[in-house]
Amino acid sequence: MLVEIKNLRIAFSTPTGWAEAVRGVSLTLGKEKLGIVGESGSGKSLTARSLLRLLPGNARVQADRLAFDGIDVLAASERQMRAIRGKRAGLILQDPKYSLNPVMTAGDQVAEAWRAHKGGSKRAAAQAAVDLLAQVLIRDPARVAGSYPHELSGGMGQRVMIAMMLAPDPELLIADEPTSALDATVQAEILRLMEDLVSRRGMGLLLISHDLPLVGHFCDRVAVMYAGRVVEELQAGELTHARHPYTRGLLNCMPRLSHPEARLPVMVRDPAWLAP
Amino acid sequence: MRRYRALAATLASVPITLFGLILITFLIGRVVPIDPVLAIVGDRAPQDVVARTRLELGLDRPLPEQFIRYVGQLAQGDFGRSVMTSNRVSTDIARFFPATLELATAALLVAVLLGVPLGVYAAVRQGSWVDTVIRVVCLSGYSVPIFVLALLALLVFYATLQWAPGPGRQSVMFDGMVEQRTGLLLVDAALAGEWEAFRDAVKQITLPALVLGLSNMAYIARMTRAFMLESLQGEFVVTAKAKGLSAATVIWRHAFSNILVRLLTVIVLTYAGLLEGAVLTETIFSWPGLGQYLTGSLLNADMNAVLGATLVVGLTYVVLNLLSDLMYRVLDPRVR
Repeated sequence: MLVEIKNLRIAFSTPTGWAEAVRGVSLTLGKEKLGIVGESGSGKSLTARSLLRLLPGNARVQADRLAFDGIDVLAASERQMRAIRGKRAGLILQDPKYSLNPVMTAGDQVAEAWRAHKGGSKRAAAQAAVDLLAQVLIRDPARVAGSYPHELSGGMGQRVMIAMMLAPDPELLIADEPTSALDATVQAEILRLMEDLVSRRGMGLLLISHDLPLVGHFCDRVAVMYAGRVVEELQAGELTHARHPYTRGLLNCMPRLSHPEARLPVMVRDPAWLAP
Repeated sequence: MRRYRALAATLASVPITLFGLILITFLIGRVVPIDPVLAIVGDRAPQDVVARTRLELGLDRPLPEQFIRYVGQLAQGDFGRSVMTSNRVSTDIARFFPATLELATAALLVAVLLGVPLGVYAAVRQGSWVDTVIRVVCLSGYSVPIFVLALLALLVFYATLQWAPGPGRQSVMFDGMVEQRTGLLLVDAALAGEWEAFRDAVKQITLPALVLGLSNMAYIARMTRAFMLESLQGEFVVTAKAKGLSAATVIWRHAFSNILVRLLTVIVLTYAGLLEGAVLTETIFSWPGLGQYLTGSLLNADMNAVLGATLVVGLTYVVLNLLSDLMYRVLDPRVR
């Protein structure tokens, strides 16, 4: 198993005590595509980031098991973590406008990731960066390599991000809402690109999104999170058989062209969902 | 093309700012209730001497005419004569300003070399005891008046421990030994190969530079810490960590490089403030700098000297701002 998560709990210290954001999540992931879906604040990003130990300093992380390829992430040294981050597991963030360093060229940022794990000369890294940019289907990779993030469009920025995270050939790619900040047409392109690269390299993919049908389309399995818990786990093809009322509610509130409705149904939340 | 237009606009603003500066300084000089004639001839001079001097100075002319004449003189580098020293003001400034420049630069080096790393360190260790110590030190450095700090430093390091020499820019035995070229004693001594005099100058400048530097360090460290705290929150820092980079690379290459523009503004303004001449520090350490010159002239109603020194201070602000404006373009690709 690439990823094993058992009873993960994440809490933040607040003036009134500990606020639990993730409350007992269990997941496993092999070399497959797993989608995590849930609304804002359901704990999906925290779950993913805890795997690389990238949570802010005031977070308390507890778990019966939190492991990447058998390495206990909670007990690992900082050095061991650095050997996982980037090299074995990449992380793609939501908005390239914020997630790329504004004062470094795209090429330098990709080259830096390549060089951090593969070593070699600066020139070799720069050349590798241009090749990587070509692999994410950027038409003019040399020009983009010399550009700063503010000179790139959102879709282009996200391609740079993907190139950067794929540079050291990781086994797992975590994508934290990789398309939420992009236009609808670009979203599909980026997802197809990611799917293609992940399939071709035989990597695992953890795709976080709040778009259930989209995740169902791209992933093998889907975990639905609500209020810090996984409320339902399904094979992607079985979305229509979802049992949990929250999952059904999410599916029902998608407008459909084939059955236009005057009003979309409103999700009625049951406090019982919060109980384990 | 747009890049050059912005640059041209910045450069074009320089003469406009300078003109405004001259106009305002001139008007203040004429509006204050000080009679420059009395300052020259004294209050017991006979009436006809007073009247003749007034004519010689052109003070009977209308204000606009006086201003145009003043600007004309300035254009030829003529700031008029100082009453107090009876030298040309330009000569005086050429003597006093390098002393301030030397002290200000040394103090700025202390402030930046200590303040920036401390601020970065405090931000990285936010909330730890190290952070608390740095914050308290900075707060006290910021709130203790500099004359207290300076006198204490003299009391401890000169009077008690005798680690530092007494006030002054040069020991008496080296006085006038070094040939003046730049006016910067350290540079002149090094150029002349007078290493004894150089060592003496270093010893003399150490204590005032430390005192002035430490009190400015507090401000720079505080600002660095605040900027870094914000920068470290950035998503690009998460990206940098996720790439598996070392903590030092994440902090310096990614978080720190993003605060450079704002930090540069703080440093340049600090430097400009120091170049104004630190009156209190210069007085306590008998440092013959611009601050002392300006205060002395002011107390003697020596208006030519006051106007000249003020213009020089204003000019350093303009030049430093221009420099930092040009540096922004180098440091931040978004400004280019």
